[in-house]
Amino acid sequence: MVGLIVSTLHRTVMAGTSLLLGTTGEIITERSGVLNLGVEGMMNLGAAAGFIVTFRTGNVLWGLLASLVAGVAAAALHGFLSVYVKVNQTVSGLALTMLGVGLAGVLGKPYIGQQLPVKLQAVELPLLGDIPFIGELLFHQDVLFYTGVLLSLASWFFLRYTRGGIRLRSVGENPKASESQGVPVQRIRFLCTLWGGAFAGLAGAHVSLSYSTSWTEGIVAGRGWIVVGLTIFSLWNPLRGMMGAFLFGGIFVTQYILQPLGVPPNLLAMLPYGATLIVLLLDGLRKDKRSLHAPAALGEPYIR
Amino acid sequence: MSEADFRLGGWQVSLRWELRQKQTPLLSALTLLAALAMGFLCVGLAFMLLGVDPLFALGKIFLGSFGSLYGWKETLTKGIPLFLISGGLCVAYQAKFWNIGAESQLLMGAVWSTWFGLRFGESISPGLGIPLLFLVGFLGGALWGVIPALLKVRFGMSEVISTLMLNYVAAEFVSYLIVGPWKGKSKYGYPYTEDLPKHLLLGTIPGTRIHYITLALGIVISLLLFLLLYRTKFGYEVRVVGESPEAARYAGIDYVRTVVSVMIISGGVAGMAGVGEVAGIHHHLSYPGNISAGYGFTAIITAWLGNLNPLGGLLSGLFFAGILVGGDAIQISLRLPAATVHIFNGILLFVLLLGNFFLNHRPVLQIRRR
Amino acid sequence: MAGKNFPKKIQIVQMEKISKYFNGVPANHHIDLTIRGGEILGLLGENGAGKTTLMNILYGLYRPDGGRILIDGKEVTFRSPRDAIRSGIGMVHQHFMLVQNHTVIENIILGDGEAPFFFPQRVVERKLLQFQERYGLKVPPRAKVWQLSAGEQQRVEIVKALMQGADLLILDEPTSVLTPLEVSELFSILRRMASEGHGVVIISHKLEEVLDLCHRVVVLRKGEVVGEADTRKVTKEELARMMVGRSVVFSFDWKPAPKGEVVLQVDGVSVRSDRGILAVKQVDLTVHRREIVGIAGVAGNGQRELVEAITGLRKVESGRILIQGKDITNQSARIIHAEGVAHIPEERIRFGTVPNLLIYENAVLKRHHFAPFSDVLFLDYEKIKSHTEDLVEQFTVTTPSIRVPMKHLSGGNIQKLIVGREVSAGPALLVASHPTYGLDVGATEYIRKQLLKRREEGEAVLLVSEDLEEILELCDRIAVMFEGQIVGTLDREEATVERIGLLMGGVRGNV
Repeated sequence: MVGLIVSTLHRTVMAGTSLLLGTTGEIITERSGVLNLGVEGMMNLGAAAGFIVTFRTGNVLWGLLASLVAGVAAAALHGFLSVYVKVNQTVSGLALTMLGVGLAGVLGKPYIGQQLPVKLQAVELPLLGDIPFIGELLFHQDVLFYTGVLLSLASWFFLRYTRGGIRLRSVGENPKASESQGVPVQRIRFLCTLWGGAFAGLAGAHVSLSYSTSWTEGIVAGRGWIVVGLTIFSLWNPLRGMMGAFLFGGIFVTQYILQPLGVPPNLLAMLPYGATLIVLLLDGLRKDKRSLHAPAALGEPYIR
Repeated sequence: MSEADFRLGGWQVSLRWELRQKQTPLLSALTLLAALAMGFLCVGLAFMLLGVDPLFALGKIFLGSFGSLYGWKETLTKGIPLFLISGGLCVAYQAKFWNIGAESQLLMGAVWSTWFGLRFGESISPGLGIPLLFLVGFLGGALWGVIPALLKVRFGMSEVISTLMLNYVAAEFVSYLIVGPWKGKSKYGYPYTEDLPKHLLLGTIPGTRIHYITLALGIVISLLLFLLLYRTKFGYEVRVVGESPEAARYAGIDYVRTVVSVMIISGGVAGMAGVGEVAGIHHHLSYPGNISAGYGFTAIITAWLGNLNPLGGLLSGLFFAGILVGGDAIQISLRLPAATVHIFNGILLFVLLLGNFFLNHRPVLQIRRR
Repeated sequence: MAGKNFPKKIQIVQMEKISKYFNGVPANHHIDLTIRGGEILGLLGENGAGKTTLMNILYGLYRPDGGRILIDGKEVTFRSPRDAIRSGIGMVHQHFMLVQNHTVIENIILGDGEAPFFFPQRVVERKLLQFQERYGLKVPPRAKVWQLSAGEQQRVEIVKALMQGADLLILDEPTSVLTPLEVSELFSILRRMASEGHGVVIISHKLEEVLDLCHRVVVLRKGEVVGEADTRKVTKEELARMMVGRSVVFSFDWKPAPKGEVVLQVDGVSVRSDRGILAVKQVDLTVHRREIVGIAGVAGNGQRELVEAITGLRKVESGRILIQGKDITNQSARIIHAEGVAHIPEERIRFGTVPNLLIYENAVLKRHHFAPFSDVLFLDYEKIKSHTEDLVEQFTVTTPSIRVPMKHLSGGNIQKLIVGREVSAGPALLVASHPTYGLDVGATEYIRKQLLKRREEGEAVLLVSEDLEEILELCDRIAVMFEGQIVGTLDREEATVERIGLLMGGVRGNV
């Protein structure tokens, strides 16, 4: 029984890792004021690129690099159109998702059902890994998990306690004021979009290189949309994003386990999306509209 | 990218993009055609990179959908929900209410009409039952569509987020119903509901899957929505709200009433498409992916392609239905996955965005001696 | 008088023969201006006199078309505000450039190139407290900006500029959002700065404040310097005269006419601005048939909020508004319009038109739901189009056709169409807000004639304008608004430029 709990929790952590990576990246993007709905597409591309390159080269590191590059390239398209050409960010993001999902499906077709020769292995941390129970759970994970956790902490710290973080947030709140203080708004927004893409790509890689056993079409299974919701659910705070990632990851994993207990799995699966709506609704009830958590200029093209 | 300066020898070159003053219909048409041409070029390129002969593939797509009688039948069948939904989206988008939840509005229409059909269907005649099915489906979609409208006016919640989240809530809800309380007893363990009563199923044109009642509804409703937008008081108010909320306020137009009405229409019409899919094609409620099949998202593209005009939406709906059918055709003959269609859609949407930019901006080149 | 502890400040800034043209119109013409360290200079004039343009040039936001700027004898060229800031010039604009959701410290860090990368808050907070000590600028460092009052937000802007190293500080209409207490606090801060050797320029239209605070005052009118004075030696009347000039043209179109019954009655109305403070304070006003009542005053003294309250676009805090005896306080814009109130809005393009829609679609903007333009459901485009053709002809709107998008029309033609639209409904009350602002001579004349015509035909007109010429030319009675109140009402016979100028500058009583 304990074993079941531990392995479920372990799987939860694994499921949450890709959500964590994607969300932390998207939080940075959105905090700078760019809405990127293309996360599902970027994650798909990352998953495909990672899988294919790992399969062909036998080396997971090349796969990770490939997925990172794929995510950045995809984000660059959306970033360029949104920041410099100033198109409708909602539509551009949706187009990116369609393109990404399609490309990943097509590129991955020959690999359906195939298994990787090497997967992303769990790395046991010395000392920490020996802690009973927690050690097994948290310190026997793959490198992407550690990266995700560190990234989340670093992002939180960066946003709150560094000059760069304050500038980034100002760009998302009031680009005009930022520009008048000499802050390069467009450059920052573009770079943040690329950053988000990089980690969306890695998030996808985690799905195909660690979590799943073989390639299937639709392997990412809508996680990108959960990331979009999670970004909002966390009210753009990376620490809350980390908690939410594992919470939602847990729902993913326990959906079917609770079924025999009479809990319909689909109703559980609704929770992440419903919770996001409720969180946003409660935020919208705040008396002073200026204290909302959403970056004030999110999704609006900045015209000098 | 509005400005780029660089030096070339002894000259200073600067490129700026200025807002265009005049946008003639000719320019619109040319930009559209140029965008489509660019789109096809990119798709062809994508095919080449995938190792497929682009001309052959493109040809297969179009022959598959418009080159044969069977192709036309399938194209019209797939076009039916697109006609309905894109008309509704045109109305919402003209008010600048970015409804990306048509998928779920379709599903909720399907859910309500399935409930109605299974619950009351046995005892009602088709003459009464079928219109009621559509009415109930309209209500289901409309109520689901009104939620984001209310969330926006009361809580200031972005409709992009709320419609998106509600998409997945609805999808999971349908999945829950078909494996849980509504699971068909006679369905050998398949996750479907029972079939709707036979006399309530929509008739199809013999030899095809075209449920003609919904097809007629799609065309008629698109026409009505066109009239609504461009000939009625309400349509005028919708367009003013979309183009200039400040002027709308000045003119005494009620923003809340407009937004709510627009979503009743958009959601309701998508709900009717759901009725068509259930009562006309599948005959029961099944996987959300089967019922809505991405129609809600594809209709976004057709509405944009149609320039937010419901009549344009009809044409572009037909075009995209063809692409969907062609996508199936390639899947079989070229052994490309069905996901190929998404590539097409994504590229086309991107070129449409770029085309819009070129329509609104023109390049201004300045060359000065340094 | 630079203290020995502080680095050497700017001694003198000279602007020589500065000129700036916008679309051929001179905003600044051959302006000479000298600002000294340790001095508080007032830049006085009405809106459109060129004060803000001149200072924007000094701050690097605009490039002058002619002339040059010297700082301590050295010529400088500013390509952007960053250059100006680096040279020691800071500016506090009328509309604050602050990130509302961030704390005061975070806003300062935004522009602070010297703040450390890690934990900048600590260092900046320390620096901030030092500045607070020195200048008496009290702001709670950790408060979010949206929680602060307008006065406190302004202080944040001032501290920001000072911490960026501003020796010369320019403030644009700084007291427009302040309470009287905050004004005196601001003044003591500025005096302290001057005594530390900083130069201060105040752009203002308020005579008494300028006389109270400044050492010297320079008056601009229509882009040129028309006078300069030591504030100890000049009187308000002299300043007022300089500010508004003597050009007065009495139109021969105006004939005396007996007033009709009351159409608009405003009783003790108070209205809040967007910022939440009272912009209109207990205003009483009446307008009769066959009468043009003008509201004079520099923009920003509550006129906009008053007009919005009358036309149903803003809530009234207290008081009543009656149209032809009917209480329409806080009714919707649609209902008020139905009661016979027409409105030519201040921001004509943004609020009065839908630029992307066609001309004939704009021509029925507020009346689209009335017969004859529509019945129960449908718009009657035939009637709409013929009505538009009539308007276009009657009001001499120049356009190739009525099927053209509204944004293709020139400013003057847009306004003519708006006037035509509002007027053709035969309203009981026409509210015209800055109707000729920015228009060419021809369009201006035309619209003024139209307003007189309405009066002749028995309607009531409420005219809000900053153009004194216009006010004197057209109005039967003139009310002057200052800081949310009507500080004086003059009949046409007793109205002179000086008296209005004084009232506009805030000098009450004994007018």
